[in-house]
Amino acid sequence: MAKVELTINGKNHCFEVEDRTLLVNLIRDHAQLTGTHVGCDTSQCGACTVHMNGEAIKSCTVFALQANGAQITTIEGLAKNGKLHPVQQAFTQCHALQCGFCTPGMIMSVAGLLKNNPKPTDEQIYHGLEGNLCRCTGYVNIVKAVKKSAELLATQKQSR
Amino acid sequence: MHAFSYVKARTLKEATDTLLAHSEAKLLAGGMTLIPTLKARLAQPTHLIDIGGIEALKGISLKAGQLTIGAATRHVEVANSPVVKRAIPALAYLASQIGDPQVRNRGTMGGSLANNDPAADYPSAALSLNATIVTNRREIVADDFFQGLFTTALDSDEIITAVRWPVVGKSAYEKFPHPASGYAMAGAFVAHNTKGTRVAITGAGPGVFRWMEAEQALGKKMNAKALEALQLEAADLNEDMHGTKEYRANLAKVMTKRAVAKLSGK
Repeated sequence: MAKVELTINGKNHCFEVEDRTLLVNLIRDHAQLTGTHVGCDTSQCGACTVHMNGEAIKSCTVFALQANGAQITTIEGLAKNGKLHPVQQAFTQCHALQCGFCTPGMIMSVAGLLKNNPKPTDEQIYHGLEGNLCRCTGYVNIVKAVKKSAELLATQKQSR
Repeated sequence: MHAFSYVKARTLKEATDTLLAHSEAKLLAGGMTLIPTLKARLAQPTHLIDIGGIEALKGISLKAGQLTIGAATRHVEVANSPVVKRAIPALAYLASQIGDPQVRNRGTMGGSLANNDPAADYPSAALSLNATIVTNRREIVADDFFQGLFTTALDSDEIITAVRWPVVGKSAYEKFPHPASGYAMAGAFVAHNTKGTRVAITGAGPGVFRWMEAEQALGKKMNAKALEALQLEAADLNEDMHGTKEYRANLAKVMTKRAVAKLSGK
């Protein structure tokens, strides 16, 4: 057992975990934030995607102890003051989810993609979402939502 | 996953000492291959030594025609580095095609080379450009480094610290990624300079290898058409549910032609 101190969605946490505990299990079981999903548990599907120090990573393929001192953002940390994040708004408006299982990871990946590339082309969107699988939508509306997200984020930036 | 003790190494010496103290210890950098391997119980180390945070293993610098990249430098950093893009654009492009964005945000160059997965991307660049793999003990040229399926010249207590890439001539990389994993079904890295042409094939065989016949043909004429009459020997190539030996041989040829076309502009 070892101690891990980290920040999740701006809040400091300290947990005692087994050395082999995965970050996703710390988030779900210890911090009780169950918005982050475990899909394949083999680093393929991206349902467990969170941000670690501002970058999208698969939390099923990082040990909790590797995140010692890190700043983690999960899907629960995106909405501010009861208002959905622009990527969440876009997913709602574009009907970019059906069963919703992949959605938290998908949204975290899209947020990561748009941070590095605020106006991606279709090809860049496909390449940027290669780490996330959706078994319902066929991705068409997800790609629409990424473009909508980019618009909303640009508007938000201008109005600041 | 079997239990193990996690050790965070702050310095290379700490990592080396811990590695020497425990015969069943393994090094952890990005963990993009190691963690799935542990989950599948395909490895059972007693200790994991995390070298991902050692500052001396990170960074990219260009000096006297050599591009030096720290072993713990992540794929995303190589892909986005203005220095790499200027010095060896094909290497930055290759890094941008590894796995997926989440994997590129964690995976490291040293980890990829040390693992020597037969379908990994970096080994083809290292062999084609004949990069030098620098360890805590010595320097190993790529020609001597790769020794077949998941096997390298590294000793069990040796740690890659950096990779030195010669910046000469032109190079290009093309792969046919497996649609699910992103690993190369076949990939070709072609490097061309005044000394000659080197073609390294990944994904098709049990380990990265040079396609000598293609190198000779391209040495006479740097043009994709020069490869038309060649056929890569299929006997020793990989065969699985994704493709036969013959399929991979052809795919490797197609990827080589594409890389040559990219490199030569025709």
